[in-house]
Amino acid sequence: MIGWAIRRLGQSLLVVLLMTLVVFIGLNAIGNPMDILVGEDLNQAERLAAIAHLGLDKPLWQQYLLFLKGAVQGNLGQSFVYHEDAMRLILQRLPATFELAFCALLLAIVLGVPLGMFAGTYPDHPLSKILMASSIVGFSLPAFWVALMMIMLFSIKLGWLPASGRGETRELFGIQWSFLTLDGLQHLILPALNLALFKISLVLRLTRAGVREVLPQEYVKFARAKGLSPVRVMCMHVMRNTMIPLVTVLAMELGSTIAYAVVTESIFAWPGAGKLILDSINMLDRPVVVAYLMVVVVIFVVLNLIVDGLYYVLDPRVRAQVKP
Amino acid sequence: MSQVSVTPVKAPVFKPQSPWRRNLDEFKSSPVAVAGLVVLLTIIAIAALAPWIVFQNPYDLMQLNVLDARLPPGTANVDGGYTYWLGTDGQGRDLLSAIIYGLRISLWVGIGSAVIAAVLGTLLGLLSAYVGGWVDALLMRLVDLLLSFPVILMALMILAWLGKGVGNVMLTLVVLEWAYYARTARGQALTESRREYVDAARGQGIGAWRIVVGHILPNCLPPLIVIGALQIARGITLEATLSFLGLGVPITEPSLGLLIANGFQYMLSDEYWISFYPGLALLVTIVAINLVGDQLRDVLNPRLQR
Repeated sequence: MIGWAIRRLGQSLLVVLLMTLVVFIGLNAIGNPMDILVGEDLNQAERLAAIAHLGLDKPLWQQYLLFLKGAVQGNLGQSFVYHEDAMRLILQRLPATFELAFCALLLAIVLGVPLGMFAGTYPDHPLSKILMASSIVGFSLPAFWVALMMIMLFSIKLGWLPASGRGETRELFGIQWSFLTLDGLQHLILPALNLALFKISLVLRLTRAGVREVLPQEYVKFARAKGLSPVRVMCMHVMRNTMIPLVTVLAMELGSTIAYAVVTESIFAWPGAGKLILDSINMLDRPVVVAYLMVVVVIFVVLNLIVDGLYYVLDPRVRAQVKP
Repeated sequence: MSQVSVTPVKAPVFKPQSPWRRNLDEFKSSPVAVAGLVVLLTIIAIAALAPWIVFQNPYDLMQLNVLDARLPPGTANVDGGYTYWLGTDGQGRDLLSAIIYGLRISLWVGIGSAVIAAVLGTLLGLLSAYVGGWVDALLMRLVDLLLSFPVILMALMILAWLGKGVGNVMLTLVVLEWAYYARTARGQALTESRREYVDAARGQGIGAWRIVVGHILPNCLPPLIVIGALQIARGITLEATLSFLGLGVPITEPSLGLLIANGFQYMLSDEYWISFYPGLALLVTIVAINLVGDQLRDVLNPRLQR
């Protein structure tokens, strides 16, 4: 177990290192940030001084080593635009993005799992057929367009829900959260639902497929024959075995939800990391882009590790493989 | 001796059925999928014949009249020549014409990049399976890495680097999509290469590449076709999303995503149609492709074959 964990951890660190290289080289190919940051009225000497100040005069490999050294210390440079620590900027905005992504995932589970269980248990019921058809539409819906339509319907026409910003926030553990106030919750509903649409379809289909695969198994018949109540069979025997693929996909989906929040945040003016990164790409604010990418890469790698760990807990077969 | 009359037993007629014919018959078993295919073919035909269908060329600024900007659906244009069935956008473009031209770009980008990615990915996948060793290890680790990160994130990075443009969007999609084909082609090729027909071909002294391309590749095609269909839908959605964010196609040749983005600013003044109809066109196209793709997956899946 420990050897396995160390090997997994080593692989993960290698991926992170590789991504720093890719991100760094890729971003250095994007135009010269000096053209945007420095006004044209500067003379040559002032220009060179500014370049030296930002460390852009050193050769690329030296810049990369300096960047790596800084990254290990959690320092990814100053934002060219905000003149603040890039890492701190990202971390300040990250809770808002996390809040949105978690709510979206929660919605996907709360709606997708029961509906998927229903569609899997009664595959010929008309409601199941409607659910499956709508899940194809759910997969196909362009999320950004749905977001606009939601704003038009619920905010402009009906005036039920606000369409931009986080609303009133309250502090918990030194971080501002929207879900703790009524106003904040109202602001959260539309963006979270928008981000969740695709996931609801995904969870529904996965749960249905899992239930349909598990139901004809011998152990389910045996559990029924033992006289266990249908609810108990469903929860203890069917769901436990359906959970395994679901957990993997959901953990990975959390990562992609954070990434896709870029779109949702920019439409609903949700002040999270996604909106920051979009602005930073447009302004060629290299350190912020790099910091964001590094944070997302680390989140992904950590999620991957957690998934493997969960596999270990949920699936006795994996435990049996790893132990010897 | 009495004559024994032998009634000739009619041998059961075995009509050889080509795989195309069989697959087509199976495809027709789902009316929803057939409807999807009909809609899809209609959309492709409309997009291909766009210049002969629409009232105005939405990219020709000379034909646009700013006085006609933001007219609601069903209004006649100022000169009285024709009716704007779906209204006009902020620049006075006939929205129906703009949507049809936008569809052209969306389909071109989606299908074009899927085809290039399919050829490239399949070749690399076959190469990986055939050569093995460190080439295989390197290619497959690259595939793992590409597939483990969210597409939108990679796309943002690549386009931030390359800049706007139809060609750049296609390049981005190819970079993101080839890995799916490569992984599938490699897996299929490895399974197929252990089959007896490959041994037979080898025994006949047929060259290695001819075996790979002429014998193994055709048997790898079914799953690749399914991936292709779904990748086209994903590619079109991604292109629309990127254009919506202002990172995709240039503003002079709006695709559906950019049309929707342009309508965003007018939505607050209740001029819904500028965003609504291009999105509807996008939705119908993608649903049609997904329906066809879903049915293809069932038809071409050997485990489900009767």
